Amino acid sequence: MRLLLTYSFSSLSSHIHAWLISSMGDGMAALVAEMVIVGISLIVFLVPLCFFLGYMERKVAAFMQLRLGPNRVGPKGSMQIVADTVKLLFKEGLTPTASDKFLFNLAPVIVVVTSMLVMAPIAFAKDFQIWDLSIGVLYVTSISSIAVIGILMAGWSSYNKYSLLGAMRSGAQIVSYELSIGLSILSVIVLTGSLKMSDIVMSQQNGWWIFKGHLPMWISFVIFVIASTAEINRAPFDLTEAEQELTAGFHTEYSGMKFAMFLLSEYINLFVVSAIAATLFLGGWMPFHIGHWELFNHIMDFIPSSIWFMGKTFFIIFIIMQFRWTFPRLRVDQLLTLEWKYLLPISMVNILLATLIAIMGWHF
Amino acid sequence: MGPAALILLAICGIAFAGGGILLSRALAKKSANVVKGEPYECGIPTTGTSWIQFHVGYYLFALIFLVFDVELVFMYPWAVVVQKIGMTAFAEIIIFMFILFMGLLYAWKKGALKWM
Repeated sequence: MRLLLTYSFSSLSSHIHAWLISSMGDGMAALVAEMVIVGISLIVFLVPLCFFLGYMERKVAAFMQLRLGPNRVGPKGSMQIVADTVKLLFKEGLTPTASDKFLFNLAPVIVVVTSMLVMAPIAFAKDFQIWDLSIGVLYVTSISSIAVIGILMAGWSSYNKYSLLGAMRSGAQIVSYELSIGLSILSVIVLTGSLKMSDIVMSQQNGWWIFKGHLPMWISFVIFVIASTAEINRAPFDLTEAEQELTAGFHTEYSGMKFAMFLLSEYINLFVVSAIAATLFLGGWMPFHIGHWELFNHIMDFIPSSIWFMGKTFFIIFIIMQFRWTFPRLRVDQLLTLEWKYLLPISMVNILLATLIAIMGWHF
Repeated sequence: MGPAALILLAICGIAFAGGGILLSRALAKKSANVVKGEPYECGIPTTGTSWIQFHVGYYLFALIFLVFDVELVFMYPWAVVVQKIGMTAFAEIIIFMFILFMGLLYAWKKGALKWM
């Protein structure tokens, strides 16, 4: 018999919910109070997360290049990113005179809001989601594609040739790779038969899809990781902000806190994409189990579900960070060739294979 | 939480981004200078308009994307029910994908996927 986790965040969240209902009644007041609590805890979670990802990125980069990385401010240089944030906070935010000022100031807000909205259906732990909506995965793919509007807006309104070219490249890249992402997500949906995040995680109770689904799941996992690296404009697909060609791409003209917002949303998107990959292919918060090894499974059950989720997510984040220092940047024609002539046909065939497995019941 | 989560997250995002930018505006030292407002290029004042023409290839890729994105929207409901319907759904999606794949091959043949 497999024991599911006995302790998790779900009891905490349901306790708070019950307490709010009992003290304020089942009306508007309780809802507003709950929203305030969720909002504050989300921001309290996200800011250290972005700081940590920034620190991690520098350290991973440093160790891959046999450097030490930041090591002056705070223990092991961990406060460096805080110092940088304070520096950015005190920088003057310039707006080019000829730019479209309204769109220029709106773009960073849109980019941050979209990356916030995508957080809604992510299952952080057992029964611990902001909103477990029935079309979770579809919601994530549709909302995340709004981000491209923010990027195009930033590039267009800057009144800068570098920005415009960077934004156009980014637009072409994001819309192209969205197709591969969609198809590799669909090959999991075919097996689970539900778009709901909690259902997808529960379907992996007796094994993660990457193990249960044979070869097609491996192919979709690899395609998903490649395409989502492109989707969030990270190296080797970062030719929207190729320093040697375009200075900084669509955020050339941004400085100070507005620039920090683009950086922040990049890190939130990195986390979200890795979290989705962990949920779809690596079982989300499900512990790792091996067939009939009762003792092993029992020990694995004692690790809290949130740690499982974070561990898997950070594993994928680490892989994506390694890409940056492993592969050279692609040219724009190579980028589009990779998507349209390789990844898209492969993922179209792959989804048919996954469907065959699902209908025949060949998965474990 | 229900759909209220969307309002909450939107408010969070706006408060976070807007708050940060406004805080920075309040704290940062400002100085006015004509050169500061010029677009950043290479030091020399920029010539002509910055809203330049760009490659038509972007437009072509956007059009092909549109075709396949609509395909994806059709495939989401199909993916949810395919296990219940079984082989019929599989046969149908093979026909559907075949037609789309022919479209991709046509675009390929016509050189729409080639970056000049």
